Amino acid sequence: MTLRARDLTVGRGGLPVLARLSFTVEAGRALILRGANGTGKTTLLRTLAGLQAPMAGEIAPGRDAVAYAGHADGMKAQLTVAENLAFWAGLHGLRGIDAALDAFALRPLEDRLAQHLSAGQRRRLGLARMLVTGRPVWCLDEPTVSLDAANTARFAAMVEGHLAEGGIAILATHIDLGLAGDTLDMGPWRATALDAGAPA
Amino acid sequence: MIRLVARDLALAVRAGGGFGLGLAFFLVVTVLVPFGVGPDTARLGAIAPGLLWIAALLACLLSLDRIFALDREDGALDLLATAPLPMEGIALAKAAAHWLTTGLPLSLAAAPLGVLLNLAWPGHLWLAASLLAGTPALSLIGTFGAALTVGLRRGGLLISLLVLPLYIPTLVFGADVARRGAEGLDPTTPLALLAAVTLGCLAGLPFAAAAALRVSLR
Repeated sequence: MTLRARDLTVGRGGLPVLARLSFTVEAGRALILRGANGTGKTTLLRTLAGLQAPMAGEIAPGRDAVAYAGHADGMKAQLTVAENLAFWAGLHGLRGIDAALDAFALRPLEDRLAQHLSAGQRRRLGLARMLVTGRPVWCLDEPTVSLDAANTARFAAMVEGHLAEGGIAILATHIDLGLAGDTLDMGPWRATALDAGAPA
Repeated sequence: MIRLVARDLALAVRAGGGFGLGLAFFLVVTVLVPFGVGPDTARLGAIAPGLLWIAALLACLLSLDRIFALDREDGALDLLATAPLPMEGIALAKAAAHWLTTGLPLSLAAAPLGVLLNLAWPGHLWLAASLLAGTPALSLIGTFGAALTVGLRRGGLLISLLVLPLYIPTLVFGADVARRGAEGLDPTTPLALLAAVTLGCLAGLPFAAAAALRVSLR
């Protein structure tokens, strides 16, 4: 599998944020998005995940191949760790959650309600969800927020495992996780006033 | 889709609010009406069908803003939108969960509560039948309203303004079924029209709600 974005223009509120962006990510590789706040990392990830349509350009494969983890984890406070994972696994047509529990050392917490987890534990639960999606392309937005060093290492190991199985990971992060892949500086692709339709 | 319905039912039971709130509101209104209208049983019996339907309608309204707002707040709506479930399926599942936690309990409670308002027999049965046929439409219309306002702050107030006019056909036919039943007339015509409204909502509103959700996610 190869992820291709060609002449991609993405925006927020009808205004372009990134313009004419093209990149290719081969199977087993990661792409790290770098850039200052507001450069469009989240907008690009949401577009790749199919949560919003691109203003121009093409993305392949489509949204059915992409799993997304944004700033909010989407876990339900009134469900246990195991119930949350089982729900998402079932929704994606999978059954087992053991690998997800083990990847982030969540087994001791599996019967605990998510509302009783710390911020870091909730983050681990949200990231473990990626393993029960069965999707080859992961789009991760600031995934290491709230994680300590040990769990950041667990996360890096989880992504490495995904890449080793031929997966693709697109990450917006300021931390060097030592992943096999490339870095994409978003700065040169920021949309200009011309892209927004302003008169020259 | 069944998993999403089951999850929402579990959340409604564990979180409280959604499951019992509508039923409690329905009960309180029904109990309060005789205090306001007076003890004249003939008058209570005459207004009971319409009043019970209005109480049920308002009880449904109470939990509409929670249908999508909680999922949007905690990020689950984004994840659902990327899951292998069409947005129409998500809207339908949400409407089904809302009906199971609100419309169904109201339908089952209506017949016993009709006694408090001196609803004539067999009006109780026709009232329950009309609520069973009509409350799914209330949930479907409400889901559409909730989808339209999911991205807005204080959208709950706007939902009421949006959906209450759309509730009128359901209210008219639903109350007419119970009234005709209580008066010994044939209620099948308004019941058929009520069912037609519900089926029409079922056919169209999941698509409209899905379109509204897609817009709000952008």
